[in-house]
Amino acid sequence: MDQLSGGEALLRALHDEGVEFLFGYPGGAVLHIYDAIFNQDKIEHILVRHEQAATHAADGYARGTGKPGVVLVTSGPGATNAITGIATAYMDSIPMVVISGQVESRMIGTDGFQETDMIGVSRPIVKHSFMVQNPAEIPLIVKKAFHIATTGRPGPVVIDIPKDVTDPKTKFGYEYPADIKMRSYAVPAKGHSGQIKKAIDLLMAAKRPVIYAGGGVIQGEGSQLLTELARKLGFPITNTLMGLGAYPASDEQFLGMLGMHGTYEANMSMHYSDVLLAIGVRFDDRVTNSDVTKFCPDATILHVDIDPASISKTVAADVPIVGSVTSVLEEMLSQIALAKQKVDEKSLKVWWDQIKHWREKDSLAVTPSTDGTIKPQEVVQAVFEITKGDAYVSSDVGQHQMFAAQYYGFDKPRRWINSGGLGTMGFGFPAAMGIQLAFPDAISVCITGEGSFQMNLQEFATCMQYKLPVKIVCLNNRALGMVKQWQDMQYGGRHSHSTYEESLPDFVKLAEAYGHVGIRIEDKSELDAKLKEAFSLTDKLVFIDVWVDPEEHVYPMAIKGGAMKDMILSKSERT
Amino acid sequence: MRRIISVLMENEPGALSRVIGLFSQRNYNIDSLTVAPTEDKSLSRLTLTTSGDERRIEQITKHLNKLVDVVKLVDLTEGAHIERELMLIKVKASGTQRAEVKRTTDIFRGQIVDLTNSVFSIQMTGASDKLDAFITALGENVVLEVARTGVSGISRGEKVLAL
Ligand SMILES: Cc1ncc(C[n+]2csc(CCOP(=O)(O)OP(=O)(O)O)c2C)c(N)n1
Ligand SMILES: [Mg+2]
Repeated sequence: MDQLSGGEALLRALHDEGVEFLFGYPGGAVLHIYDAIFNQDKIEHILVRHEQAATHAADGYARGTGKPGVVLVTSGPGATNAITGIATAYMDSIPMVVISGQVESRMIGTDGFQETDMIGVSRPIVKHSFMVQNPAEIPLIVKKAFHIATTGRPGPVVIDIPKDVTDPKTKFGYEYPADIKMRSYAVPAKGHSGQIKKAIDLLMAAKRPVIYAGGGVIQGEGSQLLTELARKLGFPITNTLMGLGAYPASDEQFLGMLGMHGTYEANMSMHYSDVLLAIGVRFDDRVTNSDVTKFCPDATILHVDIDPASISKTVAADVPIVGSVTSVLEEMLSQIALAKQKVDEKSLKVWWDQIKHWREKDSLAVTPSTDGTIKPQEVVQAVFEITKGDAYVSSDVGQHQMFAAQYYGFDKPRRWINSGGLGTMGFGFPAAMGIQLAFPDAISVCITGEGSFQMNLQEFATCMQYKLPVKIVCLNNRALGMVKQWQDMQYGGRHSHSTYEESLPDFVKLAEAYGHVGIRIEDKSELDAKLKEAFSLTDKLVFIDVWVDPEEHVYPMAIKGGAMKDMILSKSERT
Repeated sequence: MRRIISVLMENEPGALSRVIGLFSQRNYNIDSLTVAPTEDKSLSRLTLTTSGDERRIEQITKHLNKLVDVVKLVDLTEGAHIERELMLIKVKASGTQRAEVKRTTDIFRGQIVDLTNSVFSIQMTGASDKLDAFITALGENVVLEVARTGVSGISRGEKVLAL
């Protein structure tokens, strides 16, 4: 048995967990740990330029790979800077382990220098947290932390480590536990067969069925089974913002995204459905609209989720099924194969005819400008063409995010990397770094807005240090566009603090100042050529500053307080 | 509806704050709360009273169950159960008042556990509504101080909340 210090044991335990990257930033309380990092070469530490970026980068890595992202920050301000990223991961159920330094044990509670009660501050936004009391606990706590972060409904776990615990002078016999059992933490087993049978009976009898699938399908690695199920049934299927890629966007059965900025056909189909198979979703208010009493009035709701607390939280489920998506989908498929009753093809045909009629509305049609002004939607379409729909696309929050979600058709899971639940501006760029590290040969694009980008632009430096050739496509509308859109629609066009045209930086020069390439595109005639040029620089970070039409709004848009069928379709048309 | 929920949880630092935090975070109310280690030192038993409709109570128990420190829980109000609360109450007792207070205490099966010339300290156990009734029976301007433990409870019969 090796005799290790707490700091060494931490690194060894992370390696034993299979961790490749540690996203971090040093400081007093973690110096022993940083010394242990210096003395090993198994785990690559990525030095970010702000702790928030460390969490988002780890988060992006986790969303792209399915493996937990790992973060190391110092006590006090380091820990509090990580909070936004932890909350972001928590809202979207992303597996993450955040290690924070803490003041020495004997100093805790004395308002010592850089002391923050990290366990307390992070409590409402973590799946669980640990405070390490003595070095010998490190292997077991690390094991538990990864187990909790990655199983069941995943989420972030914090390990707070007082400085004395990692002291190089205190050594103990290191052994990493092979297995872990916790009497107070059980991972939900397979879905209940009887409930699944009920669901299958209802699906077979359905006349107007819709499959409504979300991020849980991606997190639970259920995309392939879901696709198989949807194809077998021939039912229309829609994905949430978090679920994009769970079902291939290019498929005929796909209705597009649903919800606040969902397609006309997706939202209409939802509203008029008679049986709703909800899977890996949480009936978020951006889907149901604020008044759930108007939500899908005729639908019998079948709800599959790994988290029992997600079921009947906002919308009551008629058939709740608690279990991992893969186990439930597998059993659904095998029950369907054996079922005597078959899908009601005749009704389904009528239903599809109705849906095709809704589809003809073409709610995402873009009217190109005649004066060279670039429409933001066209930029996303062009990026899709150039990257052949096969890039990893991260985004921030705002109009650009919705345009990215609507116009980049994701055919694969884990390609759309986005803060859906918390809606964190500043997420996209660091997340794209995490993706690029995980997939060095892939195209990692961040479709962002000039507002969001400025919330973590310091990461230009990190990308230079680690040679990360991220492509940043900035839909520059010279405004906090989504805020401005709401002000246009609900506040008589009074743009209170949502514009800043005079104070925008020169992004091209900014990128160049950090040693990167900057390209500006102002006229539509140059869009394709310049984008191609940017993406041809495969070993360089390129910031592509695309000046887009600042007057553009995101449509369709749900009418506040309405049902899912109530939408604004353009500046002049409503349902 | 009023509910009594008993929770067995790991006797670890931070566990209690997670339970309480859950209630404030999700806007559930706690009317009373009591917690202490059990015969197994590694476990604490926490009993709380709360109220809400069926859906809300279901959410509360689901979210409690989700907490990693929570091992098991039971909604005692779902079945036959025994509930008790302990109250220590200090009341004015001088002159003719003394006999009156003594009589009321006897009727409610309380015990006077300390006294001075002008004050009785009374101990009483029972269901919460009995304790409320005692306070009402004492009348106005008599009560000087009340210390109640909050509700503790256990199922009737052979049902147990244990590992
Ligand atoms: C950290 C944070 N602060 C504030 C908001 C509120 N917010 C949502 S969208 C938005 C505007 C974003 O502007 P930009 O990034 O330029 O995107 P655009 O809408 O213009 O495409 C704001 C301020 C947020 N989501 N996140
Ligand atoms: Mg903008």
